[in-house]
Amino acid sequence: MDETPSLIHIKGIRDGLLITLGEAAWPDLAAAFVKNVDERSSFFHGARVALDVGTNELRVAELSTLRDQLSERGIALWAVLSESQVTERTAQNLGLATRLLKSRPMPVREATEESPKDAARWVKGPLRSGGRVLFEGNVIVLGDVNAGAEIVAGGSVIVWGRLRGVVHAGAQGDEKAVVCALEMAPTQLRIASEIAISPKKQGKIQPEFACLKDGQLVAEPWQEMAGR
Amino acid sequence: MASKVVTVASGKGGVGKTTSVANIGVALASRGQRVTCIDGDIGLRNLDVVLGLENRIVYDLVDVIEGRCRLRQAMIRDKRLAEMYLIPAAQTRDKTAISPSDMVRLCDELRQEVDWIIIDSPAGIERGFKNAIAAADRVLVMTNPEISAVRDADRVIGLLDAEGKGPASLIINRLDPALVKRGDMLTVEDVVDLLAVELIGVIPEDENVIVASNKGQPLSLDGRSKAGQAFQNIARRLMGEQVPFLELEPQNLFQRLLGRK
Repeated sequence: MDETPSLIHIKGIRDGLLITLGEAAWPDLAAAFVKNVDERSSFFHGARVALDVGTNELRVAELSTLRDQLSERGIALWAVLSESQVTERTAQNLGLATRLLKSRPMPVREATEESPKDAARWVKGPLRSGGRVLFEGNVIVLGDVNAGAEIVAGGSVIVWGRLRGVVHAGAQGDEKAVVCALEMAPTQLRIASEIAISPKKQGKIQPEFACLKDGQLVAEPWQEMAGR
Repeated sequence: MASKVVTVASGKGGVGKTTSVANIGVALASRGQRVTCIDGDIGLRNLDVVLGLENRIVYDLVDVIEGRCRLRQAMIRDKRLAEMYLIPAAQTRDKTAISPSDMVRLCDELRQEVDWIIIDSPAGIERGFKNAIAAADRVLVMTNPEISAVRDADRVIGLLDAEGKGPASLIINRLDPALVKRGDMLTVEDVVDLLAVELIGVIPEDENVIVASNKGQPLSLDGRSKAGQAFQNIARRLMGEQVPFLELEPQNLFQRLLGRK
């Protein structure tokens, strides 16, 4: 056993380093971490880091301070994992990932059996401008997705509200992914490797359903889908 | 009454934060409240000009925080209203001169002295914004009825939620009833629908606002103009009154010739 209660565990993963911080109050924990980094600056320099902060509830100011401190030391913080919803929301607001994707850049890739492909991420809306949700499985949003917000999902995306932001479903190449919304008016819609912008809408607003049909991204009223 | 710290923020610049802080401050003070306005825009101060107090500045916000003067010395008393004060921003420093915890400490001290502390946030979502909201009990998010401003307001509302400062209240500024009627401007309903927060004020477009700002005579000092009334109404709503929103109808040529507002 380690004599000093180690607050910082480092593990190499495909995307760089996964650093797990122990249970301690935040300002001290962050300070200890930064100190640790300073002591081994050559090891950390240029690293891409995912940070697991456990149950700590972090606000934007705290997390952005840490990100800035790390970036001054040549370390790119790209993800924050947390058991706290508050922290996850904060991370999303800062444009940080909150899940480790099996493959992070999004090459076309078959989803494997054991991937949490069928799992869904529940997001309480509204998802506002600057908000970002990155999840390997499906994403369900209760509320609007405003312009300037972004959802990247390995699977499908369902928005129980108005979709005005950018959605990328099937981000790892799943061409069967779909996107549904009560009002479909995304800035941009992507499924697998296809990209579309929504046409100017006339007429009444109705729930719509978008999917890939013969390699083309198409959106249809839900009524027509339901009839089949 | 426990004193309240209210921050006016917007994200986008030029939507009328400073003018609103001046007018809401004046409107509250004219209702017998003790008010201090703080200019949070260190390095680009304006609130002193809009309030017509520029030539009275001796000490500023940074002087107080760095201990070069006492709080009372930096509070400039308004020439027209007995219980209205301004703490101006420093012009020769920048946003990093103070921290969010400095603002919390300053406001805690001020709470002993006044009923309302109104903070003018700088544009943007960086340090200056964080300083401005750190001590806020309530944040008023300001937007114009145009897409770019609404987009930024949406971002700010999201950040406020993440900081535990939500829910924000919304002020829509520079609404032009004629343009709305023609269908060329977002309506109040459009904006509220998009941002999904509580509305606390709608200020109509009014050229008197610019004239008043240039003169350093906030419009809400006399409540005759529509914009002045709208600011008075925001003050009343802040104080907990239920006030119906103004009927904003386009003026016809006859009204315009008569100069009725």
